Amino acid sequence: MTARRVKGIAFQGALIGCIAISVLLLGTLLFDVVSDGSGDLDFEFITSFASIDAEQSGIQAALWGTVWLMVVCAGFIVPVGVATAIYLEEYADETKWWNRMIEVNIQNLAAVPSIVYGILGLAFLVRGPISLGPVILAGGLTLGLLVLPVVIVAAREAIRAVPPSIREGSMALGATQWQTVWRQVLPASVPGIATGVILALSRAIGETAPLIVVGAATFIAFNPEGLDSRFTAMPIQIFDWISRPSSELNDYRPLAAAGILLLMLLLVAMNSVAIWLRNRYERRW
Amino acid sequence: MEVTEQQRTEQQKRAGPGVPAPALQGVRRAPHARQKPIFQLDGVTVSYGRKPAVRDVTFDIGENEITALIGPSGCGKSTLIRCLNRMNDLIPTARVDGKLAYHGQDLYASGVDPVEVRKRIGMVFQKPNPFPKSIYDNIAFGPRVLGMKGDMDEIVRRALEQAALWDEVKDRLKTNAYGMSGGQQQRLCIARCLAVEPDVILMDEPCSALDPISTGKIEDLMMDLKRRYSIVIVTHNMQQAARVSDRTAFFTVELDEEEHRSGRVVEFDATETVFTNPADSRTEAYVTGKVG
Repeated sequence: MTARRVKGIAFQGALIGCIAISVLLLGTLLFDVVSDGSGDLDFEFITSFASIDAEQSGIQAALWGTVWLMVVCAGFIVPVGVATAIYLEEYADETKWWNRMIEVNIQNLAAVPSIVYGILGLAFLVRGPISLGPVILAGGLTLGLLVLPVVIVAAREAIRAVPPSIREGSMALGATQWQTVWRQVLPASVPGIATGVILALSRAIGETAPLIVVGAATFIAFNPEGLDSRFTAMPIQIFDWISRPSSELNDYRPLAAAGILLLMLLLVAMNSVAIWLRNRYERRW
Repeated sequence: MEVTEQQRTEQQKRAGPGVPAPALQGVRRAPHARQKPIFQLDGVTVSYGRKPAVRDVTFDIGENEITALIGPSGCGKSTLIRCLNRMNDLIPTARVDGKLAYHGQDLYASGVDPVEVRKRIGMVFQKPNPFPKSIYDNIAFGPRVLGMKGDMDEIVRRALEQAALWDEVKDRLKTNAYGMSGGQQQRLCIARCLAVEPDVILMDEPCSALDPISTGKIEDLMMDLKRRYSIVIVTHNMQQAARVSDRTAFFTVELDEEEHRSGRVVEFDATETVFTNPADSRTEAYVTGKVG
């Protein structure tokens, strides 16, 4: 064998090794969580509220808290994110410095640590000028701010993927720019935007730090009843269970594992929808 | 009206694709009286940034005529045609100098709304660009955004009939336009343009992406449409210009001191004259295929 061939094989081996490390790690974690939590993950777990007694404890309040948060978050990021993307793609004059500055800032915002958004939410939404208190609305908006850059970037890509010939065809018929955007560009980019929104929400659903800063409760035994309800969320409930001292009698660790499993199932379901959307509406031009 | 329309399509069917209806051929060969001008260009220069793409164009485009713009690549003929309905406004750096009048009115005067201009001056593009919607919705889009009154089904049917497409698609109006052949898509784009009842149709190399049979169908269609519309067509295909147009403008590319290329009109005359007895040697070299 020549040295070149040996190098080639060695490189391939190194690549496989790298994949093996990550797959093994993930596999171990998954196995660990499943073996700890699968026993507790049942209907009762989903329909019970948190309790001191590990046997009776469940995730209902946190599950509903997460659902509420996601609805608020989506209600915020879809209009604001899509509008921003439309402005940047269809209206903004790239040669003007302020538009370039907005672009750079959005890219930077995507890299800001999530806890900073938590502090922002605490200072402006929970207290300060808006003073909503530690409620669902404040938590959902904070998560929305956090993932807004993700939505904007995804929506811009989806809008940019609509060929210019569609816009030209529309404008040439005497449609205004707004009619062109609303009736041609947006409908054609909806699948891409929807995929981006789902991916953004699946990032938001796992966020813990900003919610803790915003003041999500760690122990709540009721479901949220409105935007002004106090709340907890699944990652926080999981964090709470893990951080409690466990004993032979009261073992919270399987609960945490079951919570993680449930969160993962939700994530897989959301990402599957995103992938399905992407494949279903494969580019038609 | 309805009857003559049908007779005409019958006539075309008998003649087969690619062969213009015999009656029209006679009309085209007849010596030309100048038509009333619909566009009057006087010293029109179009630039991108500071660089002119086409310079000092002066000619009139006649009503109910087909005017062909021919010339080598980069001579600015597409640039020029896109100024006629202010599509160049969409390119931020584009700039038009000189005087460009439409029915005697300056198209680039400050009070002129480009949206209003495009409503009256339709455009068909190089590559068929149907919207990712049904055939019906493709046609109905224009009338809908313009708030046109009337029975939409009727508007759609009339547009498709005018574009000689009705018989081919009447049973699948609700299917996606992307399922049509390239030639059908281009005729759909023409029909879409007709649906908003324009005055002029601009065609920017409408057949360059099509096979000869589809091209023939579109040429037949153009001959048919010119009774009611004025048509300006950019084409790379000499034979096409010779076959369909009444007047031809020949453009060349010139290099300036800074080696920048820009286009200029060399000759503008009746198509017959441009192709058989051109005044300029450059025109002759181009139309006879000595230079490409």
